[in-house]
Formats: sequence, structure tokens, C-alpha cells
Amino acid sequence: MKLMYEIVLKKELAPRIKLFKVFSPEIAAKALPGQFVILILDEEGERIPLTIADYDSTEGTITFAFNEVGKTTMQLGCLDEGSRIPNIAGPLGNPSEIRRFGHVLCVGGGVMIAPLLLQVKALRKAGNKVTTVIGARKEDLLIFEEEMKEASHESYIATDDGSKGFRGLDFINELLDTQQYNRAIVMGPVFTMKTVSEMTRSFGVPTIVTLTPIMVDGMGMCGVCRVTVKGETKFACIDGPEFDGHQVDFEELVKRQRTFLPEERMSTLLWEKLGGGCHSRKA
Amino acid sequence: MVAIAEKPREKRKIKRVSTPMPKQKPGIRRHNFSEVALGYTEEQAVAEAERCLQCPEPQCVSGCPVEIQIPAFIKLIKERKFEDAAKEVKKKNSLPAICGRVCPQEEQCQQQCVMGKAGDAISIGGLERFVADYEMEKGIKLPRKQRPTGRKVAVVGGGPAGLTAAANLASLGHEVVIFEALHKPGGVLVYGIPEFRLPKKIVAAEADYVQKLGVTLKPNALIGKLFTIAELFESGCDAIFIGTGAGLPRFLRLQGENLGGVYSANEFLIRVNLMKSYEFPEHDTPIRIGSKVAVIGGGNVAMDSARSALRLGAEQVSIIYRRSREEMPARREEIENAEEEGVIFKLLTNPKRFFGDEKGWVKQMECIEMRLGEPDESGRRRPIPLEGSEFLMDVDTVIIAVGRNPNPIIQRTTEGLKTTKRDTIIVDERTMQTSIAGVYAGGDIVTGEATVISAMGAGKAAAEAIHSYLMRKK
Repeated sequence: MKLMYEIVLKKELAPRIKLFKVFSPEIAAKALPGQFVILILDEEGERIPLTIADYDSTEGTITFAFNEVGKTTMQLGCLDEGSRIPNIAGPLGNPSEIRRFGHVLCVGGGVMIAPLLLQVKALRKAGNKVTTVIGARKEDLLIFEEEMKEASHESYIATDDGSKGFRGLDFINELLDTQQYNRAIVMGPVFTMKTVSEMTRSFGVPTIVTLTPIMVDGMGMCGVCRVTVKGETKFACIDGPEFDGHQVDFEELVKRQRTFLPEERMSTLLWEKLGGGCHSRKA
Repeated sequence: MVAIAEKPREKRKIKRVSTPMPKQKPGIRRHNFSEVALGYTEEQAVAEAERCLQCPEPQCVSGCPVEIQIPAFIKLIKERKFEDAAKEVKKKNSLPAICGRVCPQEEQCQQQCVMGKAGDAISIGGLERFVADYEMEKGIKLPRKQRPTGRKVAVVGGGPAGLTAAANLASLGHEVVIFEALHKPGGVLVYGIPEFRLPKKIVAAEADYVQKLGVTLKPNALIGKLFTIAELFESGCDAIFIGTGAGLPRFLRLQGENLGGVYSANEFLIRVNLMKSYEFPEHDTPIRIGSKVAVIGGGNVAMDSARSALRLGAEQVSIIYRRSREEMPARREEIENAEEEGVIFKLLTNPKRFFGDEKGWVKQMECIEMRLGEPDESGRRRPIPLEGSEFLMDVDTVIIAVGRNPNPIIQRTTEGLKTTKRDTIIVDERTMQTSIAGVYAGGDIVTGEATVISAMGAGKAAAEAIHSYLMRKK
């Protein structure tokens, strides 16, 4: 008998990028592409949002990937198969619009490639032709390369340092120039979403981005996730997290994401200095 | 003829002044999150109870939204039967330690108190708190359970309305499950009201009592997303109570409102209260407070925010309110507490826009002075800007406390549920039933942002309505 929110599978996808499959039959029954969950690890823990990367209502599991960038994600990465995450709330946010658009360009960067794969599969199933681009800083940080290739009609790879595939994202301009796309989906760092949205704008391709601002409750109550879209304030948690990439104020988003950077650094440093890390905190 | 010796009537001495409740001194309490009001001792409680005239037709009871038999429990305090007094209160109110602290008694029971005409009203709130705390310390005893009715009720939202409805329904023998969206029960009692006004261990203890009455709590369950109202019926619920509250923050829609350092009061208080960021980094959720804090608004939430900001170490905290002190919706007691602690009140002032530094952090606020015109639809005098009176104020933290709207998720996901333009749920005033049979609603989700006790009153009334619905239903 599995426990509620028990980790049933743990995988290291790349250095500092991990994937968990968690037993959570109620969320699994309702989850859809584009939605997220919020986790809390312990009594002192913070609430962190993670985009759902897969779900299986038959086995009652949801899957998510995360980057170990701060205290909570590092602490999460220390949990092993068989241990339990105390709190998971979800599915939160609005599901993606999945229907037949025609030809869809899907661009994913970093850890967000994991939930993008879910979208790619859903879009393909809905009868779309799907071209994907996945990118990372360097080759060893690329995830789901094979899976993405298999799920897409056409797939490309880009790295910031050119260690694999194209160097940078400029080549996407050529893709947009040589083929007709009806829609673009971008999931990844703000820089990637902003850059690709600027490219697709000049080709008139409607573009959907998934925003990951700071969140606390994730249910519309605190408003810390507010973003400006088409000059209006929206809450990413209940109005999004997906928005029209051509209308998002990315500059503001980046600034707001950095609000608590000093505190986050301090928290991480303290955790490491005070004996954090998996060796001392076996779950 | 027998002469009746006239006995000199014993003259009862009336104590016009109520027994003051001990408090932490302002200079000390502004630096800590411990409770400000310390509660009556036994002697103080008895002394205060002795002031009660035990009116044959008590007016106080009519001022209580949950109709606590006030003279009866006060009499028991006078007789030093403190546990019986607690039992008497709990006949009507499952959350007395909370109500004793946060009810606006001065506008309710105490406003009706006859003693108030000649001096101070009896401190009913202080006495309610005393008996609740007394019982909590001695160990809470559970009332005898009713025979199970075999009916199941889902309560959506574990705030004051939901907890009260759940407690009352469970006491009537129904099977009750509370679906709470957050990870802890209490709603606004845990995310909104600060520790120094309502210690979270008190909320936890009273929520625990509700569970001991037989109520099941399901946290992390956002109804509308995890299950819809229709799915709750499909899963075997016979009736549903919606008490999802008003938790959606209102903003001012002013330039610069999305700068760093500008918080909604909800964000600020959720971080500080629910997530305990005043204990950062021991607790993971951070908060950053600058030295010059401006809180926009004049309600209890504004006072709570200002006083929390002081405790987090802000040098200067100002309340910016567009009307005058008279129109402030906050409780007098809270305004006085804030003032004693050193909060500055800038009245008849309204913000116009916010300016940030190169990193996107707020550094200045442009304000305009106001004057009061004729009363508006709220009955309060309308604030009118004084042209040309704009001035700049240096700030590094702004907290916007101008009200909260109803949580919209249920309304957006429930077909056939009638709502108002303001997104509140429409109910039949008498039965509290919504436009869907078997679905009831109460508290802020129906009235818009109001008080804890009015939500509890609604929860209690809805429980009665649901009970008679379930008993009618075959």
C-alpha cells in the first residue's frame, strides 16, 4: 500500500535536475497539461510551485521535475523513493489549450523541457504537426532529448555554448522563415520566453508562454505572482500560468522574480553550512 | 396591625469602570510577536463578572450573532464554576477562545449592555476569552455525541464559517468533511490575523476541538480544482456548505504598483502569519521590510499590517487613509493599540503613484491630500482630492490594505451557481441555500469582507438549515 504523496520514482535527469513520480491519485485524476502543484516539505517549509510534467490516473501518480537551485529544492532532492512529501496541493492554474492548431512550434529550456514534453504529446495527439526545440546552457544539462525526438515530427537542439546542436536560439528565426507555424509554445527561463516571443511576433505566430513568478498560496490570495499582460495586472496562479507571449511585460517579471534573491541565497547558504545536504538529512 | 419594620435596603454598589485587561507595554510589545492582551486572571474575571447585573431581559444576547447565553455564563464565573461557564459558552460557540479575542464586542454584545449606559459595559469578550483559555488549560471535555444520522456533509473552506458549520453539523450527528485549500485549517484566522492578536496555537487548539467532535479535515484540497461541487455530490455528500471567504486581494491600479517592495496586505500577512516569515530563516518563507513603511487603508487589516511591520523592525510605519479618523473601519481598540505602538496616521491622504529605483524597488510615493464631501452610498463622507496638494513621500515598503474580494474559484467552476456582480454567492436569506439544491453558503463569500463572528453566525445558521434539509430529505 502506497502512502499519500509517496515518492515512487526518483531519477536524476541531469546534474542538479531531478524528476519525481509521486503517488497522488486524486490530483492524478484531475491534472491536465499546463497545471501545477504546490509542495511543502515540513512545518518550517515554504510553499513552492512546480509544473506538472506527467500524470497517470490509472496508477495514481503525478510527475514533476525540478532544478536544485535553493534550499527547498535541494532538500526535496534529498528525499528518496519510499519517502513522503507532507503536503501537495493541486492541480492548480488553468490547463493549456490543447486542440488542433495545425503546425505548432514548441520551445523548451532547462527544467521546463519536462512539462513541455507533456504538451508536445498532447498536441500531437490532438492532430498537430509538432516541431520542437529544446535548449540548455550546455550539453550535459539537456533533458528528455530522446523522448522529445520521438514525440515530435521534427526536433532541434540548442545550447548556449554550442556544445550540442545550434549555438543560441537565433536559428529559430530561420525555422519561422522557412515554415508556416500556426502557434508557438514556449516554456523555460524568462530570457528564452522573451527572445522567442520577439521572434514569433515578427512572423505573426500566436505564442503562449508559461510564467513562473514567485508564488505563495498559488490560489489567488496573495497576489505576489502578479504580472502585467497587455497593460493589465493578472495573477499567474489563477489567471494563468499561460499567457500571450506577445503581451507579457517580461522586464517586470524578471525584476519581480528577483525580489527575494538575497534572502534565498542566505537561506541556501545557511542550509549548506549548517550541515544540510543529503548525508545528514536522510528522509 | 403588624408594623413591618422597614429593613434598610442593601444598596448595591455599582462599579462603573470595568476591570482592565493586562497588556504588554507598548514599548516592549512593538518588538515581539507575542500576544498583546494577556487575559484576565481568575480574580480579575470574577471581579468583572460581579459587575454584571444579570438583567432578566438581557440585551447583550440579542447583540451576539451566535446567541451565547451571556448572563448565564457570567453567573457561573461569579460562582467560580469556570468549566461550567466554558460549557455554557460552547453550547452556542465552538470557537470561544478565538471569538473572545477577535470579535468586535464593542459593536455587538457590549454595545447592548445596560451597564454601558452608566459606565463601562461588562467586558464580555474578556470573560469569554477567560473561560475558553481556562478550559483549554484544564483539558477540553467533549460533549456527548449524537447518534449518527448517516448523512454526509462537505464543508468547503476551513475558516470561521466552515469550522462553525462543521462543528454544529457534527454535533447533530452528521458525518462532516472540511475541504481546506491551504495546508492548515483556520482560514483568515491563520493567514490573516497576526499572532500578537490571535496566537496560532489557539486556532490550532480550537480547530483540533472541531475535529475531535468527529469532523474530518482534508487539507490541500482546493474545491473547484481537485473536486468540483458536482463531484462532491457524486462522491456521496448529501449537502454542501461553501464558506470560502474573501481572500482575493484588491489593488489600487496605480502606476508602480508592481514594483518590488509593494505587497498586498494579504501577501504580507500570509507570509508573516501563515508561513511565519518573522522567524526567517528558521522558517523558509522570506519577508523583506524596509525602514519606511506605508500601509494604505484604514481597516483592521491595515492595523494588523502596520503593527506587524513595526515588529519586523521597520523604523517608521505610516497608515495612509483617505478619509478621517471617524470613518476608519478598524476597531477603536486596534487603532489605539497601533497608535500606542508608534504607528503614524496620515489621514485625508491618498496615494497617486509609486516610483522605483533602477532595480525596480519602490522608493517614493506620490500622495494627494483629500477633504470630505457629502456622504456616499456607504454612509461615510466621500473623500475628494484637493487639487494641487500633491506631495512626495519616501518609502521602501508599501502594503496595500484596501479590502479583499471573494475567492472566485468555486464560482468559476460551478455550473448553475448564482452570483452577484461582486462575485459573492447569492443565497436565500432565510434558508442560506444557494441557487443549487443542497448547496448552502455563508460568511464573506456571501456578504463580502466582514467579521469573523458574522461568518461564524452564518456558519451556525447554515448548519441549522442544512440539518433540517437533511432530516426532511429521504
